[in-house]
Amino acid sequence: MAMTIHVDIVSADTSIYSGLVEAVFASAIMGEVGIYPRHTPMLTRLKPGEVRVLVDGKEEQFYVSGGILEVQPSIITILADTAVRADDLDEASALEAKADAERSLKDSGAKLDYAEAQAKLAEAMAQLRSIERMRKGNTH
Amino acid sequence: MASGKEIRTQIASIKNTQKITRAMEMVAASKMRKAQERMAATRPYATKINNVIQHLAFAHPEYKHVYLQDRAETKRVGYIVVSSDRGLCGGLNNNLFKTALKDIKTKIDGGLEVDVCTIGKKATSFFGRLPVNLTGQAVQLGDAPRPHELIGAVKVMLDAYEEGTIDSLYLVYNEFVNTMTQDNKIMQLLPAAPEAPSEEMSHHWDYIYEPDAKDVLDHLLVRYIESLVYQGVVENIACEQASRMVAMKSASDNAGDLIDDLQLVYNKARQASITQEISEIVAGAAAV
Repeated sequence: MAMTIHVDIVSADTSIYSGLVEAVFASAIMGEVGIYPRHTPMLTRLKPGEVRVLVDGKEEQFYVSGGILEVQPSIITILADTAVRADDLDEASALEAKADAERSLKDSGAKLDYAEAQAKLAEAMAQLRSIERMRKGNTH
Repeated sequence: MASGKEIRTQIASIKNTQKITRAMEMVAASKMRKAQERMAATRPYATKINNVIQHLAFAHPEYKHVYLQDRAETKRVGYIVVSSDRGLCGGLNNNLFKTALKDIKTKIDGGLEVDVCTIGKKATSFFGRLPVNLTGQAVQLGDAPRPHELIGAVKVMLDAYEEGTIDSLYLVYNEFVNTMTQDNKIMQLLPAAPEAPSEEMSHHWDYIYEPDAKDVLDHLLVRYIESLVYQGVVENIACEQASRMVAMKSASDNAGDLIDDLQLVYNKARQASITQEISEIVAGAAAV
């Protein structure tokens, strides 16, 4: 029986893998790393890519879109991101959140318009109905 | 007194409403269970990341990240307010807004300015009407929000903090205690204060860092704040469903009471009309 070490792969919203493995391979930011039991404590960022764990001589694969790999004497933890993160992408979503807020501030006017439009629609529909009724009355 | 037919239609319409509220109650109950599971699923990540940050912060006292530094003076504070997207969940949102406003008011009375970032439609429409500075928002997250849907809203505030626009940041959300109890909570996100490491953590050992400690710590702190906000949002959803379940249960109960009362009125009216008919017949027969 080969030596094993406990591995937890967790992301912010779920636990992806947890169990005893013989080795872990991951693509760290400075290159591919392979971690076996009794590795020295290490902390590194991960690139988007696959994480492989070796269990009973067989490999299991997981995809992570970046994250952090932490190696402690008794446990290895991978804190995975849930989406591919890049500074410009983050920037874009921040701008979007700002724009959304500005839009919703202006929207209080737009909401009134919506209510007004609905009232007009109801009025027009009532008119149409009465016209239709009148026409029916004429033909009969 | 209303006639028999009128009461009957009224009873029928209340019964329909009761059916709807009962269905909503059951839907909320099952959604609450799922939300609670999701809450539990966020915990391992938060605990781990917290441990790592604790260790890093205390292993490298010489490097103080801007998120960990206390500012000498505070001029402007930021709030991230978490609410639900939908209504019909009792006083959940309004109670939270009341707590938030009270806190904001004390800050404004103290001569500070306030920035607000909202998560959820209800908060957006509430704070949109108030004379506060709304800097960002995230809405329509649904029942199972993904962490990356919040990145934008959180980053707006983190950037503001890094630039020095705001000097502290708070998260306002509902804490799930149990089905019947939800607590309004105001948590300080920035400057972050990791707790002192426990006994086993304080041994003298350190990691090998790739690329270096500073880079990893910077990266981790952003994730840490994001995970706190995400946890708040997930917890708020569980609260929303629990609160909706309770509100809909009491609505169904009230509809039941209303139906009972109306049924009584209806029966009385019916009995009265029968009695009247009989006495009329008897009177008619006596006259013959």
